[in-house]
Amino acid sequence: MREPILEVRNVTKLFGSVIALSGVSAKVYPGEVTCLLGDNGAGKSTLVKILCGVHQPTEGECFFEGRPLRFASPRDALARGVATVYQDLSLIPLMPVWRNFFLGVEPEKRLGPIRYYDVAAAKRIVREELGKMGIDLRDPDQPVGTMSGGERQCIAISRAVYFGAKVLILDEPTASLGVKQAGIVLHYIVRAKQRGVGVVLITHNPNHAYPVGDHFVILRRGRVLGDYRKDEISQQDLVSLMAGGEDLVKLQQELQELLDRGANAAG
Amino acid sequence: MTNGLKVGTRRDERLAQASPLRGLLRRVEIGALIGAAVVWTFFAIVTPRNWVSVTGLARIMDPASTLGIMAVAVALLMIGGEFDLSTGVMTGTTGLIAGLLGTRMGWPLWLGILAALAFALAVGYLNGVMVIRTGLPSFIVTLATFFVLRGANVGITRLVTEQVYVGGIDQVPGFDTARAFFNTGIMFLGVEWRSSILWWVAIAAIASWVLLRTRYGSWIFATGGDANAARNAGVPASRVKIALFMATAVAAWLVGTMNIVRLRSAVASQGIGQEFIFIIAATIGGCLMTGGYGSVLGASIGAVIFGMAQVGIVFAGWDTDWFYTFLGIMLLAAVLVNNYTRKRAEEISVAVAKARTEEE
Repeated sequence: MREPILEVRNVTKLFGSVIALSGVSAKVYPGEVTCLLGDNGAGKSTLVKILCGVHQPTEGECFFEGRPLRFASPRDALARGVATVYQDLSLIPLMPVWRNFFLGVEPEKRLGPIRYYDVAAAKRIVREELGKMGIDLRDPDQPVGTMSGGERQCIAISRAVYFGAKVLILDEPTASLGVKQAGIVLHYIVRAKQRGVGVVLITHNPNHAYPVGDHFVILRRGRVLGDYRKDEISQQDLVSLMAGGEDLVKLQQELQELLDRGANAAG
Repeated sequence: MTNGLKVGTRRDERLAQASPLRGLLRRVEIGALIGAAVVWTFFAIVTPRNWVSVTGLARIMDPASTLGIMAVAVALLMIGGEFDLSTGVMTGTTGLIAGLLGTRMGWPLWLGILAALAFALAVGYLNGVMVIRTGLPSFIVTLATFFVLRGANVGITRLVTEQVYVGGIDQVPGFDTARAFFNTGIMFLGVEWRSSILWWVAIAAIASWVLLRTRYGSWIFATGGDANAARNAGVPASRVKIALFMATAVAAWLVGTMNIVRLRSAVASQGIGQEFIFIIAATIGGCLMTGGYGSVLGASIGAVIFGMAQVGIVFAGWDTDWFYTFLGIMLLAAVLVNNYTRKRAEEISVAVAKARTEEE
């Protein structure tokens, strides 16, 4: 059995008297996509923030490459190879693609004591890296703000992969995207996985999670509702689990009653 | 879904149309360049004899040089996402400090100039720290600095000299070397050029290089574009902003020193109102009011437009009372041209792109 690259064991997180997470365990393997599913308020964001060093767990332990670990900050996590791509992306819309890609880690050349930005290399690498992920970038000078949401997600992901991310945490990467755009991002996630990256995909959309996921952790009200490998669960079961199973049946009944009452009142 | 496909097809067509002309039109500086050409042509028609000559060029470059030095620094600050309204009055303050220390305290002029530099750095630092700490718009914070300095300039000068100006700076030891270093006349092609032009060209070249070809340039763009995103990427955004405020204050010190060694005196009201001209020159040069976008070269061209207007009115023999009116009209025209070309040149203008991302 392979070693998980990132693991949380019995993690509990309290915010004052609010229990955000309670006894949550999950494993992330290299070269696999681990999907973290759950409705709003299930504790997905809290778990992500613990994984990437924003929060420290109240109880429980995190393991990175087999060793117990607490990241001091997101930058600390990033330096060790855990990169998080947030919904707001941390890309600067007005800046060209190549400047965004290398922001904070600019490639430099030296001329005596003078160091300067190796612009040619930056543009070349951006083109190559995006090419590897299946995006044909014609103009590296294009401002990121003029690109589509899907393309921007892909730039953020490829940046993380290029700078040696071993674990890539994606927070709702498809949430604001149309069907076609989401498809591009999902393609990209598979490419990252094929390069040996352990991907954590946070989403509330089981239809996006199922095609790319290798295993699925379903969170509900701060607890793990289920942890399945892909061969253990069908897409339909995943959808119904996500929607809340019995809750959904109850919801349907309630809605039907409401509709019936409306019809009676009208009649 | 159909919509998505339509957008996709249009995008491809647009890429196919890319041409060298479009590349030129996409340059940040194009609006300023067209504006400069229009103003130059205008005066070439109105007053051709003096205008189209080496003398004319030297005369235009004189006011353009000091203005250009300021416009370059202000452009960097604006790209970094901030304003500074204390720049104009700071050119007066630094000159007064050096002048008063030299004429009243008996300091060598160079020492006074260095003291003024230290003061400028301190005020720039304070401006930056106050903007970062309070989170208030820099417009407000530096407006306060502007009024404090404006009052102190007149108040202290009157207290010490019982006048509102400091004369006799040329009697202070070290004046000749300071004048030679900062602002002297150089004969070239049979006319006198101010050496401040060389300062301006050197500063613009270095600033442009830093902005476009070093990591610090990327940090400036990123800090002005989205300070939080920049911080997430590891850019020390607060330090970048403070450094830019300090650089702007140093530029004001340089121009203030250039003024006193040239005029041999310092006036308490020096520089008041100039801060807007610096900001406008940077804006004509393509800087967005919202930060994250702009050009040092463009700001320099903006300064040349002002230089042309200032000198052109004198050449045309018009009443200089009309200078500001004329300036306002020229300015509006230049900015309109600027906006028009930028919108034409880009399918989605940067401002729209920014707004679009903020919506999402």
